[in-house]
Amino acid sequence: MIREALTGRRIGLTGGTGFLGTALVERMLRSVPDLEVAVLVRPGRRGAEDRVRREIIRNDCFDRLRREWGDRFDAEIDRRLLVMAGDVGTDGLGLDEAGLEILAGCDTVIHSAASVSFDSPLDAAVEVNLLGPSRLAEAMRRAAGAATDAPAGATGSPGHLIAVSTAYVAGTRRGDSPELPLSETPFSPDVSWREEVDAARRVRADREAASREPAQLTRFHKQARQELGAAGVPLLAERTERIRQDWVSKAMVDAGVARAQSLGWPDAYPYTKALGERALLETRGDVPVSIVRPSIIESALAEPRPGWIRGFRMAEPVIISYARGLLKSFPGIPEGVVDVIPVDLVVAAILAVAANGPDPAGPSVYQVASGATNPLRYRRLVDLVQDYFAENPLYDADGQPIVAPRWAFPGRGKVTRQLERLDRTLTTADKVSRSLPLRGKQAAWTANLEERRNQVDRALGYVRLYGAYTETEARFLVDRLLELWDRTDAEDREAFAFDPRALEWDSYVQGVHLPSIVTHARVRSAPGRRSTPNREERGRRAVLSPDRHMAVFDLENTLIASNVVESYSWLATRRMKDRDRLGFTVRALREGPSLLALDRKDRGDFLRHFYRRYEGADVEELRAEAHELFHTLLLAKSFPDGIRRVRQHRALGHKTLLITGALDIVVEPFQELFDEVICARLSTRAGRLTGELEQGPPTGEARAQIMADYARTHGLDLEQSVAYADSASDLPMLEAAGHPVAVNAEVKLATIARKRGWHTEEWPKAPGYSTPLLPLAPRLAGRARR
Amino acid sequence: MSPRPGFVLDVDRSTPPTLMWHGEGFRLERLPAGSRIVYPSEPFEPIEDPDFAIRWALENPMGDSAPLSALLHAGMKLTIAFDDVSLPLPPMRAPDVRQRVIEAVLDQAATAGVDDVVLIAALALHRRMTESELRHALGDRIYDAFAPHGLLQQHDAEDPDNLIHLGLTDQGEDVEINKRAATSDLLVYVNINLVAMDGGHKSVATGLASYKSLRHHHNVHTMQHSRSFMDQRHSELHSSNWRMGRLIAASGVKVFQIETTVNNDPFPEQFSFLAKREWEWNLRDRAAFLAVSASLNRTPDRLKRNIFNSMRSPMGLTSVQAGEVEAVHAATTEQVLREQLVPVEGQADVLTMGLPYICPYNVNSVMNPILVMCLGLGYFFNMYRNKPLVREGGVVIMSHPTPWAFDPVFHPSYIDFFDQVLSDTTDPKEIETRYEESFATDPWYIHLYRTGHAYHGVHPFYMWYWGSHALAHLGRVIIVGGDSAAVHRLGFKSASTLSDALEMARDVVGPHPSITHLHNPPMLMAEVT
Repeated sequence: MIREALTGRRIGLTGGTGFLGTALVERMLRSVPDLEVAVLVRPGRRGAEDRVRREIIRNDCFDRLRREWGDRFDAEIDRRLLVMAGDVGTDGLGLDEAGLEILAGCDTVIHSAASVSFDSPLDAAVEVNLLGPSRLAEAMRRAAGAATDAPAGATGSPGHLIAVSTAYVAGTRRGDSPELPLSETPFSPDVSWREEVDAARRVRADREAASREPAQLTRFHKQARQELGAAGVPLLAERTERIRQDWVSKAMVDAGVARAQSLGWPDAYPYTKALGERALLETRGDVPVSIVRPSIIESALAEPRPGWIRGFRMAEPVIISYARGLLKSFPGIPEGVVDVIPVDLVVAAILAVAANGPDPAGPSVYQVASGATNPLRYRRLVDLVQDYFAENPLYDADGQPIVAPRWAFPGRGKVTRQLERLDRTLTTADKVSRSLPLRGKQAAWTANLEERRNQVDRALGYVRLYGAYTETEARFLVDRLLELWDRTDAEDREAFAFDPRALEWDSYVQGVHLPSIVTHARVRSAPGRRSTPNREERGRRAVLSPDRHMAVFDLENTLIASNVVESYSWLATRRMKDRDRLGFTVRALREGPSLLALDRKDRGDFLRHFYRRYEGADVEELRAEAHELFHTLLLAKSFPDGIRRVRQHRALGHKTLLITGALDIVVEPFQELFDEVICARLSTRAGRLTGELEQGPPTGEARAQIMADYARTHGLDLEQSVAYADSASDLPMLEAAGHPVAVNAEVKLATIARKRGWHTEEWPKAPGYSTPLLPLAPRLAGRARR
Repeated sequence: MSPRPGFVLDVDRSTPPTLMWHGEGFRLERLPAGSRIVYPSEPFEPIEDPDFAIRWALENPMGDSAPLSALLHAGMKLTIAFDDVSLPLPPMRAPDVRQRVIEAVLDQAATAGVDDVVLIAALALHRRMTESELRHALGDRIYDAFAPHGLLQQHDAEDPDNLIHLGLTDQGEDVEINKRAATSDLLVYVNINLVAMDGGHKSVATGLASYKSLRHHHNVHTMQHSRSFMDQRHSELHSSNWRMGRLIAASGVKVFQIETTVNNDPFPEQFSFLAKREWEWNLRDRAAFLAVSASLNRTPDRLKRNIFNSMRSPMGLTSVQAGEVEAVHAATTEQVLREQLVPVEGQADVLTMGLPYICPYNVNSVMNPILVMCLGLGYFFNMYRNKPLVREGGVVIMSHPTPWAFDPVFHPSYIDFFDQVLSDTTDPKEIETRYEESFATDPWYIHLYRTGHAYHGVHPFYMWYWGSHALAHLGRVIIVGGDSAAVHRLGFKSASTLSDALEMARDVVGPHPSITHLHNPPMLMAEVT
């Protein structure tokens, strides 16, 4: 019946790139002959057609169809899948003439586009979820009107609009929730949706304005500085602006949750969906409307294949976090109902509604949920999950099984408090470790700490957002849905099953859903070490690919564990008497902290200030001493792996470049190692150093510029360059390179590198060889001493 | 009383535990009854007036050579080459023999009115010596007179401007040596001959040669056909050097060879127990051993290394020969063998040895795992004439901490050799074919060799080749008390105690192995019949 009713029709669809949308497109193309699907998608950078191809057709949802159709797959898709470029988030959908024409030809339109994220900013949720359905109805009317004037055989009246909503529009209140328009139920706060729209837009303007207050901007700048250190003006500015935008965005999310909860919904999603339903019913005009309200949609029971899922949805991160031992407990009422419904049941129900056509009596509502007829209790779900992971544990990076914790059923408040406490502890630890001069392994540990904190933050987020859904005591009635089911024939029941009573939870959860999300999450589900090259090796191969053009290296702590202060003190003590050496050492130790502080603030200023000390030094004498300095102290403190890496790049034909704030005299011996050395130079007068730099030192953003200039003059591609550095103050250089590598990274850079997935290297000093504690030159024998 | 010669002790139940070197420390090990221990001879009496002996030797040359004074004349170009920091071991107390000899030569040169004199440290591919090492070898007087004027040079095997190609030997070997030395009117070479391999034509043909020339005998083939390289009669290394030396002489390079031998007295008073036979230890020796061991156990590695590196040997001059190379060397070799040769009957299944903290290539530095291999399987294994102390297919057990430690200044290419080459293969032939050239020609290693204090990039390869005869001969190598990761990288087995090691050896050589322990140093060379 359903198949016959739909055969040869054209059905419009929004939200085709989503989880439900993709399943709808696939099922319609596969199960109904000669049905045309017209999808409305936002044109991406490469246009709507391209987006459809990449985000819908290439999804593994279509694997079955590709197999069944074989060679004619592409031709069939071309023939039966039409594309409209548009956006439900803008008035008029942004449809062009061609789009309108296609829309006019649709006798049914399924509106599945939504901002489903439970923590989307208030205004974004309002634009898509609240206004989207009304905009679509308006566009359908417009398309139908345009078609009336057109001579070609259009119907002239708008098609059937099936709006996908959510069962949770009823909020989280107890009791039965019937399949009725919200206004006819008790779950309808008396607010005007138009005022809510205005208010949401106003909140956005307010928050934007607040974020630009000088005090706020100062705070954002300070935070950027804390993260990046002395990374130079452009990067700090960029980061500051990003922090401001994030702040606004976060404020909008908070505003959404606050507003939703004030009206009795758990978050912005059901709140905007509920008002969206009401707006649609108010503004639909002569558009016939049906509303389908699924509960929590999860992986497919059978179609296109058991376990098919798209995207990481609500329950999955929670379950995976649990299986990895990260989430120790999740709030919920043991006897509460978790209302889950497999996606293919929702798809089939929507198609049944489409085949059934609009109710002549007016808008009708169907709920697709399991709770009322076949409830899955929270305790049962937890047991199933626990048993599953006890049998099939996940494995950690070392190939050891992870023991998932036993799940208690604490109240939401308790879990939240626990997590908040952990969050506070980790935040403090993070702050403390950030203020320590750590690098390499310790810094990576700190970055770990940050990751751990993020995990806790995320867990806290899950609890706050989804906690309400495990505590739901509403029963979503499905009487109308079952009426529809009763009217289907045997063939339909085979091809378009949507009876929630038929679900067997044990086999669905353990046999279909959990295996699917384990695969989907790409977590380790087999013991033993990986045979494929690990991340580190892949990263190394990428930087050492023959395709690269150049490799740029920082010096201090990237290639040698030394710095300009050490070099200076070695050179200065070279010809000192013992008594003077002691005095010098004491002075140097005393000055250390203030020099370090200056260095952290601005590397360029620090070098300018520090190099004054060379004033009056004899250039030739210094050159000879520097030679010794290099072959004793610097080489002893070098990182053999780093030196080897430079040579590997050279052997591969890459140009190698050393950019350092160290003095030319000191780094001169490195000329042999690199194609080019760019360093600081002091001017001379009558064979003596003046203590002043010839030009600005190559630090901060100047390094990025130097790299770019070098690449241009040598005809090299910056995208094909590799940059090695240890500190966040080198960020401009690292960002300019196509392949940044964080070497022995200090905390800030380690954190950034981890976030951005940069390759990192741990280069130690020569193993087992200890260097002197103080950078003093060895005493000279005989008369060379002054 | 004349010194007692070296001998072989049969271990029985009354034999006290045997002292074994273990890097910067020692172990006392009880060898199974029935084992044999080869002891070196006691040190010979040194010459009472070394300066007189030196001057006498210069005026009474051997072979076809005029006295030195007759070879010197005003206006001539004189070059004095001398052995580098790799000799003697440990460095000797000042004044060094080289200083005594060179001062004597310079006195004569001054008397003759020679004013074009250059001193050259004959480094071959070793690291350049540091100022303090040069001062120690030559004395402040010579250093301060020559160094500031650039007249104290260190041979640079990679300096195209200061090398001269003298031709090919009848075997097609390139002979390319230091140009200043080759073009001088007289080249005086000052040797310290610690073991039988040192000196002779090898002094100039190796010490002053280029990589191009050295690679003809510093390779796996030569080393596997030198059985042993300490035995001139059966050493391909020796033959090649002799061919080159004769070509050098035939090219008109006039070499005045001075060779010196020192006695087998390497350790200062407080370590005298090291050179004594264990059953003859008196109360003082026991106390010294206990005190030294106890304090070493509590000392950090770095400090331990400093203590040992500052050890200066009281060794004394036992002979000095001067004149024509081959005649001089014959006399020197005889002198060395007289003191070091110990007759041993038959080969053993298992050879044990304790490796000390020092070898020729880690003076003032750390002994990295490659040098551990070279000292054990290169030097100690080859201290034989006739046949090795251990049978073919037998086992060598060496005791050394073998730390995964490297000196980045002296041994940069060793670090890469260990990480890149040995992680891939330990087969000398394969290493030679696949890796030698890239290391030997690496510009960075060459730069560090020429301007810093780094061994040449190819040097770790030579160290590995040095042991290639042993590697081919042995069924298994076990290191006792080593860093097991480093030991495995070397391709050896790691054992924590000597008895464990002997158990492991039994897997290879059978349940009742014969065991010989090489009680070295002080130095000894086994005449195995």
